[in-house]
Amino acid sequence: MTDTVLIETKSLVKSFGALRVLNGVSIQVHQGEALAIIGPSGGGKSTFLRCLNLLETPDGGDVIFEGQKINQKGTNVDKYRQKMGMVFQHFNVFPHMTVQENITLAPTLLKKKTPAEADEKALYLLERIGLLDKKDEYPRKLSGGQKQRLAIVRALAMEPDVMLFDEPTSALDPEMVGEVLDLIRALVEGGMTSVIVTHEMGFAREVSDRILFMSEGQIVEQGAPAQLLDHPRQKRTQDFLSKVL
Amino acid sequence: MTFTSVLQNIIKLLSKYWDVFLLKGVSVTLALSAITVCCGAVLGALLALMKMSPLRPLRWLVTAFVEVIRGTPMLLQLYVGYFIVPLMFPALGLGTFASISVALVINSAAYVSEIIRSGIQAVDVGQGEAARSLGLSKGQTMRKVILPQAVKNILPALGNEFITIIKETSLASTFFVGDLMTSYLIVKGATYLAFESLIIVGIIYFLLTFTLSKLVGAYERRLKQSD
Ligand SMILES: Nc1ncnc2c1ncn2[C@@H]1O[C@H](COP(=O)(O)OP(=O)(O)OP(=O)(O)O)[C@@H](O)[C@H]1O
Ligand SMILES: [Mg+2]
Repeated sequence: MTDTVLIETKSLVKSFGALRVLNGVSIQVHQGEALAIIGPSGGGKSTFLRCLNLLETPDGGDVIFEGQKINQKGTNVDKYRQKMGMVFQHFNVFPHMTVQENITLAPTLLKKKTPAEADEKALYLLERIGLLDKKDEYPRKLSGGQKQRLAIVRALAMEPDVMLFDEPTSALDPEMVGEVLDLIRALVEGGMTSVIVTHEMGFAREVSDRILFMSEGQIVEQGAPAQLLDHPRQKRTQDFLSKVL
Repeated sequence: MTFTSVLQNIIKLLSKYWDVFLLKGVSVTLALSAITVCCGAVLGALLALMKMSPLRPLRWLVTAFVEVIRGTPMLLQLYVGYFIVPLMFPALGLGTFASISVALVINSAAYVSEIIRSGIQAVDVGQGEAARSLGLSKGQTMRKVILPQAVKNILPALGNEFITIIKETSLASTFFVGDLMTSYLIVKGATYLAFESLIIVGIIYFLLTFTLSKLVGAYERRLKQSD
């Protein structure tokens, strides 16, 4: 982890109709840092993560990525999204493309790579996650764990500066959770800046540099994993942890 | 009127007027339906795009149009087309067939726009979000990710629309455009064998729609398998 701030939010506010889902969220994510976000269901974790790459448009506050405020009129959001990979709970792999095409679509379409380069990178990534033999299959032939690993390398193919994970294992059968967590762990150890929303407390403890506890649209508490999980200071954190641990 | 006499009359009619039924009637009905569905699909796609545009007045306009088309009888729309279209484009000298075609196309476009819109909206929102999160633009996402998946929902529904249109073009016989139902009117007028002519025309309509719906069904099953 370095001192460079990669992503920063300032007093982020977001409502859906009358429901205020984010209520002034300010954080900094440093380059190379692995940040875990935990908290009760409906607390706004997904919404917050989706505000970072502007899949949701915040109603107020700033999203600053690599020094640029990106939530304002006139910014080319697509350009910034290319540098922010996102992994979804339900994988969202493209069912009408082969495994390899899933990976090469964005880099070639966005002219980040020539088709030959993109193929080479795709094969390298597939080799790395042990799915090289599946390169010409369609995703329907893959298990949940394989789909999620495909989704992760699809994002990696754009060579992003940060990866955003939204409960990447919560739609998986238990026996497949491990393979996905292993891949994320490897990325983090390789220095990939990561923001990970997760219900896997053990994983958050082991892999993250810092944990945020988010509830009712606010960061209630944050700290190093051991500190936050073992010695939470806030009552709401204690209540939450006593239920999940 | 016994069964055998009806049968004999049918055979007689078929041998004498087969070209009126099969050549003229079927071909005009199929041509009219094909024109309607093809032009209707293009216009419908345009309407669907407008309906999904961020511009509220545009969306409102399409909604109003679709509701009006859905909420008024087809025959009335054909009458409107019959009278209005030649008045609107006098220079083109459009005949009845063209005017009726225009009315059919406009009617079909309204239904097709709903088919296309719902076909697009049936694609999981996560697909679009995943594409956007990779940095694809709205248009790229639509072309490369949403539409290829939506087509699987849209094509079978378009096939069914084609079948519906085949039946609905019979209303155009009111204007004597030469379709299959017009064949019935012609033959009935010449022979006074209304019942027998109706049976012949009914069987031809049924064979057309039945075959087509089997084809659409088979195509649909094939799409399902590739999912
Ligand atoms: N698009 C939306 N429209 C309306 N309400 C929404 C929308 N997205 C989220 N919400 C609401 O916002 C609140 C926060 O949702 P969010 O998904 O951010 O919570 P979360 O912390 O990720 O929860 P979970 O752990 O269940 O995923 C919830 O009450 C949810 O119902
Ligand atoms: Mg969530």
